[in-house]
Amino acid sequence: MSKAASSLPRTIGAHAVLLTYTAIALFPVTVIVVNSFKSRNAIFRSPLSLPTSETFDLIGYTTVMAQGDFFLYFQNSLIVTVASLFFVLLFGAMAAFALSEYRFKGNTMMGLYLALGIMIPIRLGTVAILQLMVASGLVNTLTALILVYTAQGLPLAVFILSEFMKQVSDDLKNAGRIDGLSEYRIFFRLVLPLVRPAMATVAVFTMIPIWNDLWFPLILAPSEATKTVTLGAQVFIGQFVTNWNAVLAALSLAILPVLILYFFFSRQLIRGITSGAVK
Amino acid sequence: MGSLKIENVKKSFGPVDVLKGIDLDVKDGEFVVFVGPSGCGKSTLLRIIAGLEDATSGNVLIDDARVTNAPPSKRGIAMVFQTYALYPHLTVRDNMALGLKQAGTPTAEIDKRIAASSAMLSLEPYLKRRPAELSGGQRQRVAIGRALVREPKLFLFDEPLSNLDAALRVNTRLEIAQLHNRLKATMVYVTHDQVEAMTLADRIVVLNAGRIEQVGAPMELYNKPANLFVAGFIGSPKMNFIEGARLGETVKTVGVRPEHISVSQTEGAWKGTVVHAEHLGADTNVFLETEKAGLITIRLFGEYQTGPGATLYATPEPARTYRFGEDGKVLG
Repeated sequence: MSKAASSLPRTIGAHAVLLTYTAIALFPVTVIVVNSFKSRNAIFRSPLSLPTSETFDLIGYTTVMAQGDFFLYFQNSLIVTVASLFFVLLFGAMAAFALSEYRFKGNTMMGLYLALGIMIPIRLGTVAILQLMVASGLVNTLTALILVYTAQGLPLAVFILSEFMKQVSDDLKNAGRIDGLSEYRIFFRLVLPLVRPAMATVAVFTMIPIWNDLWFPLILAPSEATKTVTLGAQVFIGQFVTNWNAVLAALSLAILPVLILYFFFSRQLIRGITSGAVK
Repeated sequence: MGSLKIENVKKSFGPVDVLKGIDLDVKDGEFVVFVGPSGCGKSTLLRIIAGLEDATSGNVLIDDARVTNAPPSKRGIAMVFQTYALYPHLTVRDNMALGLKQAGTPTAEIDKRIAASSAMLSLEPYLKRRPAELSGGQRQRVAIGRALVREPKLFLFDEPLSNLDAALRVNTRLEIAQLHNRLKATMVYVTHDQVEAMTLADRIVVLNAGRIEQVGAPMELYNKPANLFVAGFIGSPKMNFIEGARLGETVKTVGVRPEHISVSQTEGAWKGTVVHAEHLGADTNVFLETEKAGLITIRLFGEYQTGPGATLYATPEPARTYRFGEDGKVLG
C-alpha cells in the first residue's frame, strides 16, 4: 500500500469524520431509547442523562402494553411491510428481467416509464388513490396499504434490479434454455440467486419508508383494526397533553423489527452496494 | 448421429444485416469450424443453429428435420460456451444431470451416462464439488461433460478455449480432438483463432461480414485460397500482399506466404534491409524493407543470425505465389 494512503493522520482524520457522522446519526435514536426507560419528570429535567435507580421507570412500556392494541398494530405493520416487500421484489425482479433479457419494441421507453415513479412522489396522487380505494371498497383494509406501497416501491426496484440483471451472463441463461428450463425456472433458479445482493439492497430501501410511513395509514386505513405502529403511537400525542413515556416506548419498540430485518439483510446489502463500485 | 443443413439463413438486427444468406451442408460425423474476425457473424450463426436466436429468414435442418421453429432443448443439440456457463448453485454432478432430468430421463440412465462421460473426461474426483471450487480447465471439462451426457446429434462449441491460458488451451484442444475421434459425433465449433481451426477441423468455414468466403479442408484453404481475405486470414504470420504494379505484373495483387520466401546474403529477386527479426527458436521471422516489394515478412525455419540494418536478398517460390484480380478473387 502506498505511504499516503496508510499515513496515521489520514487514518485518524477519516475515522474522526466517520465517528462524528455515526454519533450524529445515532443521537436521536439513542435519546429516544434512553428516555423511554425514564420517568416523566426525569425526561424533562435531564433528557440526556442515562436512567438511574431513581429515575428508571417502565411506565411508558406498561402504558403502551395496556392502552391500545399494540400487538395488533405491530402485526398490521409487519403484514403490510412484508407483503409489500414481497410483491415489490417479485414484480420488480420480473419486470427487470423482462427489460434486461428480451428485445422488444419500446424496451427503453418502457424502462424509462417504469422508472419515472422514482422522480414523482406517490403522495401527489393521494386524492385520486383515496377515491379509487373508496370506489373499490378497500378503505380501512391492509390490502389498500399493500397495493399503494407496492406501487411506491416498484420504480426503484425495477431500476436497480434491471441494471444488475444485465450483468448476469447470457451464456448461463442460454445454457439453461438448451437444458430445457422454462423461462420461469431460468428466472427463479438461475438469475434470482445471482442478483441476491441487489435484492437485499432494494429490500432495505423499500422496507424502511413503508415501516415508517404515517401518511397512507392515516388516510387509507385509520380504523382501530388496521392501524400500523406509527399510526398507533399517535394515540399518545394529544393536542394539549402528550404522554411522552408512551410515545418514546412505542417508538423504541417500533425500531426493533426493522433492526432485526436489517441484520438479516445487511451482509447481502453491503455486497450489493459495493459490487458495482468495487468489482 | 446427425447432419446439419443451413438454407439461405439471413439475420438482421434492426437495419444491420449480420448474416447475408448462408448456405451450408455438414455431413454426419464431421467436425466443422466457423472462423472469422470478430463481428463476422459466426457466433450469431451458431446461436441460430442452437435456436437461441431466430433467423430473419431461411431454414435450419438437423437430421433432415426442419427445426427452424423448435426450441433449443428439442433440437437434439448440446452447447459448450466460452464462459463455461455452469450453474453456480449446483454440484458438478447436478450440472450434468439437469438437462436429462428436464427431459424426463430415468435416474438409472442418468447415472450411467454421468459415470461414462465423467470417466472419459477424468471428472470423477470432482462430481460432488461446485463450479466455484474448480479451476478454469476443470470447469470447461465439466461444460463439455454436460454436453456429452445429453448424447446430442450435434455438438456446438462457442469459442470454448478463449478463457483458458495458453498451455491449457493446447491440452483442451487435444482433448476435444480426441473426443471427436472417439465419438464420431457431428461438431460445429466457432473460433476466431485460425490455429484452433486448422488443428481441429475436417472442414473450415471462413466467414467475413456475414458471408461465407470459402469452405474447405484446412490444407485446401492454405494451399488454394479462393480470395484475398482467406489468403490473409489463414496462415501465420499473414501472407505478404504486394501491389502487382510494383513487380511489373498486370494483376492487382501478388501474394506470397512468409514461409515460401527464401533468403540469401548475396543474390535474389528483392534486395532489402532488415527492419526487425523475431527469434522464436524453431522459427525466425524477419521483417525486410525491400526496394521492389515494400515491407515483407519472411519466415525462416530454425535459427538464422541477422539483425536490423543487415542487407538480405529475398526470393519468392514461383510455384507458391498467388495472383489476385481487381475483385480480390484468385487468378489462374
